[in-house]
Amino acid sequence: MNERIRIITNGLLKENPSLRLVLGTCPTLAVTTVATNGLGMGLAATFVLICSNIAISSLRKIIPDKVRLPAYITVIATFVTVLQMLVKAYLPSLDTALGIYLPLIVVNCIILGRAEMFASKHNVVDSALDGLGMGLGFTLTLLVMGCIRELLGAGTLFGVAVLGASFEPMTLFITPPGGFLVFGVLMALVVFIETKMNARIPRKIGCEGCPAAGACSGACESAPQTGKEGA
Amino acid sequence: MDEIRNLAMIFFGMILVNNYVLVQFLGICPFLGVSKKLDSAFGMSCAVVFVMAMATAVTWPIYTYVLEPNGMAYLQTIVFILIIAVLVQLVEMVLKKMIPPLYKALGVYLPLITTNCAVLGVTISVIDEGYNFAESMVCSVGAGFGFMLAMVLFAGVRRRLADAKPPKCFEGLPITLVSAAIVSLSFMGFGGVIEHIFGA
Repeated sequence: MNERIRIITNGLLKENPSLRLVLGTCPTLAVTTVATNGLGMGLAATFVLICSNIAISSLRKIIPDKVRLPAYITVIATFVTVLQMLVKAYLPSLDTALGIYLPLIVVNCIILGRAEMFASKHNVVDSALDGLGMGLGFTLTLLVMGCIRELLGAGTLFGVAVLGASFEPMTLFITPPGGFLVFGVLMALVVFIETKMNARIPRKIGCEGCPAAGACSGACESAPQTGKEGA
Repeated sequence: MDEIRNLAMIFFGMILVNNYVLVQFLGICPFLGVSKKLDSAFGMSCAVVFVMAMATAVTWPIYTYVLEPNGMAYLQTIVFILIIAVLVQLVEMVLKKMIPPLYKALGVYLPLITTNCAVLGVTISVIDEGYNFAESMVCSVGAGFGFMLAMVLFAGVRRRLADAKPPKCFEGLPITLVSAAIVSLSFMGFGGVIEHIFGA
């Protein structure tokens, strides 16, 4: 039982996908202009993460190793399609707010990364819990980002005015540069806390969870090797 | 004339005003990961321009002539991502066989591009915008060049950043994100410029 709880909390803090593993940066920056959207995006990704982890974990002995990435992508894309239809039907306002970022959950590296790193090696229940923990960790980050940006950029929280009329909203925070800025400062804060707790980890951009990591073997980190054909 | 003006507006709009990386946050992973060196940033961007144009050229007709008339528009996401995955594999094989020098230059970046959200993003957004084929192609090439501009500019910033001494907790990724904020801020200045130049 303890092991199970550990799997869930792992995704929340220790391996928080956005702030520690640096996965799924695009949605983290893009949809967090208001807290509601951050929450919606986080929960949507959690749904896909749990479903795809369950499906991939139960199929892990059937999917041949060589074609596992296309197979994973197909499974994930299926669940994203299901999600798109559900959101369109029941939460049309969220569908409009998230726009193109909803179908783009397919290429969110958290989901493919967890399929590759966890679901393909663990049983169904553990994989589902891992999906839940990772999803909630992602949701938590998005919610924090959304709250900070909405509060400073518009003076509201979940659409309710909280800072009063005397507060002059700093529109910068709800524009794209604000996204980069808040995420950078938030990450620096996390690194600061980590250093105080002696738990600092090196951060690499996505390579760990990047599904193409096997194929490119860190090509993105170094310059192309000229003269080495077919490497 | 109106047609050309419209296309020019889409093209420059995608590069400057709606820059995929700095304004719409698509393709952040390669933007932060591959921008350390100028030559790899440039190589990666060339591969992205190439794949974006190819992907749009294939997905637009498939959506318009196959999925849409048969009431299968809901299969868009799954069909598009599979087309892109297959296309990237195919391009890799063709380049390796036919044009080895180009393969040598772009080959390493191709596998990275399959799951690049900018590529899937542009194919979906041209459909959402209701663009016709010519507009879609211009839009995807513009998005690619916008990606290239952001990558090349940021590679220059990163070079300066390598020698900077930020506070300890900002070292590495956090300071990179903060400097991306400043580069992105400079792009905010382009808002309205395009309409002003090409507008009636």
